[in-house]
Amino acid sequence: MRWTCAARRIEPVLKVENLSVSFVTRMGTTKAVDDISFTVDKGKITAIIGESGSGKSVACYSLLGLVPQPPGRIDGGRALFHDQDLLQLDPTALRKIRGRDIAMIFQDPMTCLNPYMTIGRQLMEPLLYHKKVSRAQARSRALELLEEVGIRDPVSTIDNYPHQFSGGMRQRVMIAMALINEPELLIADEPTTALDVTIQAQILKLLASLQAKRDIGVLFISHDLAVVADIADQIVVMQQGRIVEAGKRDAIFRNASHPYTQKLLHAIPHGGKPGERPVCEPLVTVRNLCTWFGSRKSPVKAVDDVSFDILRGEVLGLVGESGSGKSTIGRSLLRLVPVTSGEVRFEDTDVTALQGRALKNLRRRMQFIFQDPFASLNPRMTVYDTLAEPLLLHGLESRGTVGAHVLKLMDDVGLARAFVRKYPHEFSGGQRQRIAIGRALATRPEFVVADEPVSALDVTIQAQILALMQELGREYGLTMLFISHDLSVVRQLADRIVVLHKGTIVEQAGTEDLFERPQQAYTRQLLQSIPGRTLLNLDAPLGESTA
Amino acid sequence: MWRFIGFRVLQSIPVLLVVITVTFFLVRIAPGGPFSGEKAVIPEVKAALEAQYRLNLPMFEQYTAYLGDLARGDLGPSFKYPGRSVNELIAAGFPVTAELGLYALLVAIGIGAIAGVIAALRPNTAQDYVPMSVAMIGICVPSLLMGPILILVFGIYLEWLPVSGWGDMPGDKILPAITLGSTYAAYIARLSRAGMLEVMSQDYIRTARAKGLPEWRVVTGHALRGGMIPVVAFLGPAFAGLLSGSFVVETIFQIPGLGRFYVQAAFNRDYTMILGATVFLATLIVVFNLLSDILAAWMNPRLRSQFGD
Repeated sequence: MRWTCAARRIEPVLKVENLSVSFVTRMGTTKAVDDISFTVDKGKITAIIGESGSGKSVACYSLLGLVPQPPGRIDGGRALFHDQDLLQLDPTALRKIRGRDIAMIFQDPMTCLNPYMTIGRQLMEPLLYHKKVSRAQARSRALELLEEVGIRDPVSTIDNYPHQFSGGMRQRVMIAMALINEPELLIADEPTTALDVTIQAQILKLLASLQAKRDIGVLFISHDLAVVADIADQIVVMQQGRIVEAGKRDAIFRNASHPYTQKLLHAIPHGGKPGERPVCEPLVTVRNLCTWFGSRKSPVKAVDDVSFDILRGEVLGLVGESGSGKSTIGRSLLRLVPVTSGEVRFEDTDVTALQGRALKNLRRRMQFIFQDPFASLNPRMTVYDTLAEPLLLHGLESRGTVGAHVLKLMDDVGLARAFVRKYPHEFSGGQRQRIAIGRALATRPEFVVADEPVSALDVTIQAQILALMQELGREYGLTMLFISHDLSVVRQLADRIVVLHKGTIVEQAGTEDLFERPQQAYTRQLLQSIPGRTLLNLDAPLGESTA
Repeated sequence: MWRFIGFRVLQSIPVLLVVITVTFFLVRIAPGGPFSGEKAVIPEVKAALEAQYRLNLPMFEQYTAYLGDLARGDLGPSFKYPGRSVNELIAAGFPVTAELGLYALLVAIGIGAIAGVIAALRPNTAQDYVPMSVAMIGICVPSLLMGPILILVFGIYLEWLPVSGWGDMPGDKILPAITLGSTYAAYIARLSRAGMLEVMSQDYIRTARAKGLPEWRVVTGHALRGGMIPVVAFLGPAFAGLLSGSFVVETIFQIPGLGRFYVQAAFNRDYTMILGATVFLATLIVVFNLLSDILAAWMNPRLRSQFGD
């Protein structure tokens, strides 16, 4: 599995050989990283791809001594950084390298900056600690870097706290913080996973340009092949702690030999959904919907004068960045938030006027699937209770007969019947989303709002859940509002797409029309932000979507 | 910010009113009265006394008259200390109690926060178990047991410290402060352990480590502030609790504080003194709760910016 760059002599910044890491717990020893070797070259980007639990993060954290030991244990191997073995260094020496020669960027900029400290203080910290500079020097350096990573007006924002920045801006601050000591190696752990597509595209571009300018090595960790397709030089694919395939980017995309790599490639959503559906009359009509929050004087117009139809049997994709009001629309349709004005009709019923029992009856016919299946499932309820509750609540089954129905639901969403007495924490993310789907379908609704149902999941799991939703949609004859920030996911499922920006509709069109002939500048910008366009342009025999 | 404070102050008025009303009627329902002693009092004298203290009026009129006085800040005359008003008695006793409470609070924060942080740095090791077990004992042992134990050990066997009095001998304030503070030290230790444990598992602590900061800087610079917010929020109720709970310690160590007046007043059915002390302490509890809420909110930049305007 070792590969070298024989053609050109590029010196590696980091050379990892036969690294093995395991976790020792009372339950036994688990090998998290098993005998992996890779290099990061000067001025190049090496991407490590794998699903959560594949050991990719553990491998990188262990290089810097950031894996707590115990329970972590480094079983062997070398990690050469300038001829010193990082794994053999004592904690103090390693600490001096951290943040000075090797810096890190983490996944979630929302939680990775200290909320109690101004960003200026956090930025200056590595400089003050590692180099002998005065506070004034550190501050001016921090201002320079903030400018460079694209923070507008750094002088007036440097003393702000992290919560005053958006997610994308915080990630820029993280990047500035990592680069402030001009490290030779940057480890970026899923730096764009928590961001919107357009922001993701900006951050990737920024990272690539900063990396090229400084000629530093980057180790880029991601679960998403599409994300690294545009920027990586080398790709290392990991599964269950091992490297299954490694090589130059184009080689991986063209001639992936390992089945797991092929599966990852196929899991990248591309192409539209197969087959068209007969067009019917609208099931849900939305007219001039406004949902405002906050005070009367200065309301936050989350949804502002939005009108659209959802036809019976179709999947309508609702696309927008965070803050565009797409989730609020979904919640407004089901009256989960109070509607300010406008009309929502479900068949001939005005949903906004319903009260009490009538509303409850309607809710049986309209269901909601949430983004985070862990947060939306009650941790104290077994799967059985979760699935049985809506059936009993709406009087569809009695205590005696509900069991059979629950088991049927388990079959439908592809969960083993034996799992029925388990609690949510015992399941993986994908399985939890299956439970959530089962709960939503329990009452045999006609209309389902799915709010980012797959964005918390790994790509291969994403593909499975999308396939499941497609299949169940057909089987149950569902009409669906599918909300997502990810255009490529929506493309797979939706018949038509509504693009939302700052609470108003920018464009609505049939899925293929929108992708082929976007009318609005904002839509084009969204489309250009889809990661992995390089990959789609490679004329490799990737095959059609198999999801 | 000011709206929040104003709202909370308004909120406290009905709370205090309920406290006053309930206490007023409860002490009067309790059997006995201020002038029913072992020696019978001549009826004429008793009548004169009752008239002087408005006890001859119907109960509801007594109540409204008391509220009227209270609105003017007058807590009324003491029944058992003739010639002295409740205001004077509280003014005499409270500074002593407040001083004791302050020392006890310092003991509680000092011991509690340090023990909690130390325990949180190495969870589920001896460094965690030992201080936390001691804290558990601290919570379980009431001060009426803790006081005598400390007196026995440090006062009588070791003869290191005086066992009673307040400001009469050097070091006589140490044992009462420790006795009173120990329970709260234990609570604070548990709170700060939980707070620190939560913060230490946050992503931004990992960021701080990735910057190459030494561990002590990670703890003091990044973790402490967030970890101590629950403790700060607890300080208000804790100080109020120390003040109102000090009567046991004051009685054990013969300290002339408010608590002792309070206990004696209860035995003597000194209606105005009971009421006055209750109203006074209830007000303190409300005020300190508000102060610690403001402080805890102030420590969180996110809430602070909401307060700012």
